[in-house]
Amino acid sequence: MKTRYTYGGDEHIYVEMDDEMSLDAFFKSLSMSNAVRDAKIKGVTEICPANASFQVRFDPDVISPDEMMKKVKELEHRAEDAEKRLKTRIIEIPVYYQDPWTHETLMRFRERHQDPSGTDLDYAARINGFDSVEAFIEAHHSQPWFVSMVGFVAGLPFLYQLVEREKQLQVPKYLRPRTDTPKLTVGYGGCFSCIYSVRGAGGYQMFGVTPMPIFDPEQKQSYLSDFMVFFKPGDIVKWKPIDRAEYDRILAEVEADTYVPRIAEVDFDLDAFNADMPGTNAKLMEALNVA
Amino acid sequence: MSLKVIQPGLSTSIQDLGRPGYFHLGIPIGGAMDRFALRVANMLVGNPEGAAGLEVVFMGPTLTFEKDVLVAVTGADLPPKVDGVVQDGWAAFEVKAGQTLSFDFLKSGARAYIAISGGIDTPPALGSRSTYPIGALGGIEGRNIQAGDVIPLGEADMIEPGLSVPANLRRLPGKPAELRVLPGLYWHRLTPAAQEGFFADDWAVALEADRMGYRFKGGKPLEFVAREQPFGAGADPSNIVDGCYSYGSIQVPGGLEPIVLHRDAVSGGGYFTLGAIISADMDLIGQLQPHTPVNFRKVDMAEALAARAERKTLLAAVRAHLG
Repeated sequence: MKTRYTYGGDEHIYVEMDDEMSLDAFFKSLSMSNAVRDAKIKGVTEICPANASFQVRFDPDVISPDEMMKKVKELEHRAEDAEKRLKTRIIEIPVYYQDPWTHETLMRFRERHQDPSGTDLDYAARINGFDSVEAFIEAHHSQPWFVSMVGFVAGLPFLYQLVEREKQLQVPKYLRPRTDTPKLTVGYGGCFSCIYSVRGAGGYQMFGVTPMPIFDPEQKQSYLSDFMVFFKPGDIVKWKPIDRAEYDRILAEVEADTYVPRIAEVDFDLDAFNADMPGTNAKLMEALNVA
Repeated sequence: MSLKVIQPGLSTSIQDLGRPGYFHLGIPIGGAMDRFALRVANMLVGNPEGAAGLEVVFMGPTLTFEKDVLVAVTGADLPPKVDGVVQDGWAAFEVKAGQTLSFDFLKSGARAYIAISGGIDTPPALGSRSTYPIGALGGIEGRNIQAGDVIPLGEADMIEPGLSVPANLRRLPGKPAELRVLPGLYWHRLTPAAQEGFFADDWAVALEADRMGYRFKGGKPLEFVAREQPFGAGADPSNIVDGCYSYGSIQVPGGLEPIVLHRDAVSGGGYFTLGAIISADMDLIGQLQPHTPVNFRKVDMAEALAARAERKTLLAAVRAHLG
């Protein structure tokens, strides 16, 4: 892992911890972006952590780019020394896989896909070596996920699965991005899952849909009362497969503003996870089961 | 006190100087694409420079007012008319209660800014009145204005009409437009020939050009330095592990058509970026019509900062001129 520093025009510094994805790179990026935030450097206007990189936006009229770069670089040792532990939460997100709405959309944009003859899930299952779509869906929801970035559009989480690299699912993005994606689509691109927080353009493969809103400027749901965006980096997610009946039941609760997602407070320790992945994940899911 | 929308124009939105501070959650700064033009329009009618006004794209709206107001239109050359009588751009004029403000056809530029004395007084969202339709934030119900809307205006101390800004204190892109670029970010992904070609080629604004981003076409496809793609990046050589995007950054999906992210930028994604348009030239992009020829010019950080200082000097000169 070698840190790379560069400028994005005269108002941004971009720091890439590693060019490939790993939880180590994520933790280092999160620690270092936190160190930059804690340093309260005059002239910094935004700090955006991402999967394996982060970006600092600054006002060059207040602090020169050279000076800003120097200050950011000085904080790298803090990231290296930082504890790779997080006090966080695990959230159960219901997913209706193979739903009719993403199906309609993926059929509409079939000519932009690598394999127009099947569905996105057919394709993803095949190229990842699964015998059936059901087995692929099982692999997608059986182990938890880590929110490694929030962004693209308002409140959209990127999620990285908490499994060994050889078990990571990987799919390419659409050949050409769609101009439409249903709101709350559960998508997949590269090694990342995501939830499309709003309807709009998108290039990720579409696997299903959740009835649970994750972005709402009106903040009608109780779990959005603090802020209109639900996710933050470091959140842990467990997908729960649901059928149409349960989807409709949850949606009715959402529409009545009474839906309460299942959430448990947990600690996540990267070293403990790396030493025992199944054991760590079992504990995380256990916390959810008693919540 | 309010104004009424008779016709909305093509795509007219309420904008101020934006909502910094939420890009880490995917909510962009937004605000006027041509910030200089909005600032000047506000100054002309006696508003604070960051008051909310209307950003008009290509075709102006038709508006009526409940009370006498001062209006100024800056940015694109889109001649304003009061009850059919053409008024000067970049100047403050009066519109009396019951009179109609409309617009002639666009002569140059792409976005005009309408400032009204008192400023638009819709409820702010996350500290700004700027309209961000993707997130349904700001403006009126998070959308562009439409016919029948009644838009609240703030209280104003009426100043005298007649202030104007001379041509030498205005700023519009040349033809061909020149946009200055500071190479960086994932610049190293391009071969030396592609790095050179990007700046040497003639580009033009494509039809897909909006507040989120401006697409360009006409140059040669860009070639990438060969590599085994890093884990998690995706198979295409233009893919990276999804990271943050800078405002003004230039992504080139598949190496084909560069896209410059603007005020309503997506905050991150999985395409490499070759650098960013310098802050001094961001306003100009908002004034480019589709098909406008464009050249990208390579600059270093010293030139970027000098250009930024020049922009500040121009704004200071306008402030001094308007007293």
